[in-house]
Amino acid sequence: MQVSKHHHHWRKLKSGCVSIVCFACALAVIAPLGLVLFHLVRLGAGSVDWHFFTALPKPVGEVGGGMANAIVGTLTLLGLAALLGVPVGVLGGIYLSEYGSRRFNWLVRFMADILNGTPSIVWGVVVYALLVIPMKGFSVYAGAVALGFMMIPLILRTTEEMLTLVPNSYREAAYALGIARWKIILHIVVKIASKGIVTGVLLALARVAGETAPLLFTAFGNRFWNHDLKEPIAALPLQIFTYAISPYEDWHRQAWAGALVLILMVLALNIGVRFLTRGKFSARG
Amino acid sequence: MAMFVLALVVLVGWKLFQGSQLTLHKFGWRFLVQSDWDPVNENYGALPFIFGTFVSSIIGVLIALPLSVGTAIYLTELAPNWLRQPVMMLIEMLAAIPSVILGLWGIFVMVPWLRDWPFPFLKKTLGFTPFFQGPIYGVSILAAGIIIAIMILPIITSVSREILRSVPDSQREAAYALGATRWEVTRIAVLSYAKRGIFGATMLGLGRALGETMAVTMVIGNRPEIAKSLFAPGYTLASAIANEFSEATTEVYLSAIFELGLVLLLVTIVTNIVAQLLIGNFGVGKRVPAGH
Amino acid sequence: MTLNSIPLSRLAGQATGIEASSVTPSPVAFDVRDLNIWFGSHQVLFDVALQVPARAVTAIIGPSGCGKSTLLRSLNRMHDLVPSARMEGRITLFGEDLYSKKIDPTLVRRRIGMVFQKSNPFPTMSIAENVTVGLRLNGLRKSDLLQERLETSLRMAALWDEVKDRLNAPAISLSGGQQQRLCIARALAVQPEVLLMDEPASALDPIATAHIEDLILDLKKEFTIVIVTHNMQQAARISEHTAFFYLGKLVEFDTTTKIFTTPAQKQTEDYVTGRFG
Repeated sequence: MQVSKHHHHWRKLKSGCVSIVCFACALAVIAPLGLVLFHLVRLGAGSVDWHFFTALPKPVGEVGGGMANAIVGTLTLLGLAALLGVPVGVLGGIYLSEYGSRRFNWLVRFMADILNGTPSIVWGVVVYALLVIPMKGFSVYAGAVALGFMMIPLILRTTEEMLTLVPNSYREAAYALGIARWKIILHIVVKIASKGIVTGVLLALARVAGETAPLLFTAFGNRFWNHDLKEPIAALPLQIFTYAISPYEDWHRQAWAGALVLILMVLALNIGVRFLTRGKFSARG
Repeated sequence: MAMFVLALVVLVGWKLFQGSQLTLHKFGWRFLVQSDWDPVNENYGALPFIFGTFVSSIIGVLIALPLSVGTAIYLTELAPNWLRQPVMMLIEMLAAIPSVILGLWGIFVMVPWLRDWPFPFLKKTLGFTPFFQGPIYGVSILAAGIIIAIMILPIITSVSREILRSVPDSQREAAYALGATRWEVTRIAVLSYAKRGIFGATMLGLGRALGETMAVTMVIGNRPEIAKSLFAPGYTLASAIANEFSEATTEVYLSAIFELGLVLLLVTIVTNIVAQLLIGNFGVGKRVPAGH
Repeated sequence: MTLNSIPLSRLAGQATGIEASSVTPSPVAFDVRDLNIWFGSHQVLFDVALQVPARAVTAIIGPSGCGKSTLLRSLNRMHDLVPSARMEGRITLFGEDLYSKKIDPTLVRRRIGMVFQKSNPFPTMSIAENVTVGLRLNGLRKSDLLQERLETSLRMAALWDEVKDRLNAPAISLSGGQQQRLCIARALAVQPEVLLMDEPASALDPIATAHIEDLILDLKKEFTIVIVTHNMQQAARISEHTAFFYLGKLVEFDTTTKIFTTPAQKQTEDYVTGRFG
């Protein structure tokens, strides 16, 4: 034992060093979040005023203007996307958890994971081929369908996960009362998991709210108000992108302001969801 | 409804395939290995994009992997209990930042800083290798790699953390009982057990990296050339689609862009399948409700 | 639609007027013949044959893993829900084949109430909603009838006095013993003919257990009760008949007195005297 005493100290030291390195890694991972938020507030806060939420963009050269149309556009797109993504995703998730053969469900789960990993730009291209070419133009519909398609696999997987968290004993108790299967699923199982399912939906919304790539050639963007769902529409992320890569100082300021508003929307959804899941069936046990 | 998911997969593949018919016939496999992207003369080769996509993604993974695994180890093995949840929440918030916002921060904050400090330093110290030579523009494959690293840190970290958490405590206890230090326990009992899964997490991150569009488009410089230097601008499959789609006026041009999408889809699918196969065994995602 | 019809068991009971006892043979509720059950390739029950008398308590005892819960769950077709389960044999309830292709398993389960080992009131529902959920989801809408069933069931489950002032409180606010009685009330509300109980008191403290046992003695005047228990004293206290299972086989089935005093089989004797394993 005497001999290894020195050796033991060395091992202790090594262990301590690794702890410090790991701690530094954690700091490095979080640092970008702090930096991005800091710059967003520093460069964006000054331009977020009443006009920003109420006015249309001004043409190049004129100072001022806002992103009212883009904010409304993003909300419109999200609403329509939810109309497509939520029912398909939730019902699909219910099917996976409660019905279906093992092999078929494995296949669907696998495919959903592949869809979740599909780059968002690909969705844009696919919806362009699916809707923009046949309809001969960019439209709100195309943008909403692209976002809706992205939401489906996200919602499907969280819904399924939340439903499998519901203990089987509740299903058995309901079966023992002689209740039909679809009623058990709808009125008892889904109800118990409802918090988690809503969480999944909100997280999916937060996720697609910031998407730009699928909108580039579907919703396309619009400098004015949109009055027709068959016409192009503005969206906050699109507007940020257009302004960011433009050569104009004033537009850069607007881009920072838009980014600040967008991130507040997304983070509010994310943090709001966290409070919702403080209950019994949280997504992260 | 579940069938819808299958239909969606078929739809995605079929639409891209259909859209790229023209170039598929015209160029065949040459499309993948030709380095000339010349819309004026209707000559399309995707090699610069494939090159840019892989190089920037691999840089991203190389930066992100050690940081993520270190963080995951910190979160599962070292951090005090009260700190774990908040740190994880911050990492999830990082994941929630939209790509376009990271890109905005990239062009106006990160790229100028890189141009003024780290890049000249790298050039001075490592300039003898071909990878750190040539003029420094700021926008570059390396800048894209760093942005990608930031974007995939959260996913690699959280999946690695799940994997580490799935290592049974009995493994750790066995190592402690042998008198191992904390790091030795982590290395012997935890990491060797979780190696495969962490590799899977990396592949998952790589899958994301390959398809990253907006942030990369904003900092990579968008020039379709194959340069040895990491300071040189590049182009990726995703950013080429994003930039050139609206300029694609001829049918062949459009078809070429569809084929870029097809290539991108196939590459990400393969990566994701490998990732799923590697992670699948760890039962990540099959968590039991709290309190059990 | 069977909700308002008179359960067969009561007809049978009234027709014969015989009280279940150890001396006189009583009408048979469940008649189990040549029952074999597999989960995947693993056989859990072997050639079980058993006649459960009506309006009496029948206890099923045996060491864990002996198949007693499996038998209980085959009585109300719960194994239908397990894809890997396979069954051979015949089970009738008052002469009616429960596994006949013409019978809807949902209707079978409506005639046979079940109480589980761990109390499982639905967490999103109030006390009242828990009791009436079976009726409501089976299409009963009349609120006065629901109210009446609610009270009767809670009274039968000896819970009415404790909860009558807070019927709309969440069910999970009740204590463990109360929750289990709530689950009994929930099962009784759909007016089953039979009550299956899977170790209903194993998770409860002695006082709550005594409550449940009193309740069972009360309920057997009207219901046929089959109870799985690994507590032999409990079986001795509340049941008229006892079946002893070991390794998936029915070793002995007789009156409880006989099983606990002069069992015919050596294995039974070893088990009831605690000389097992």
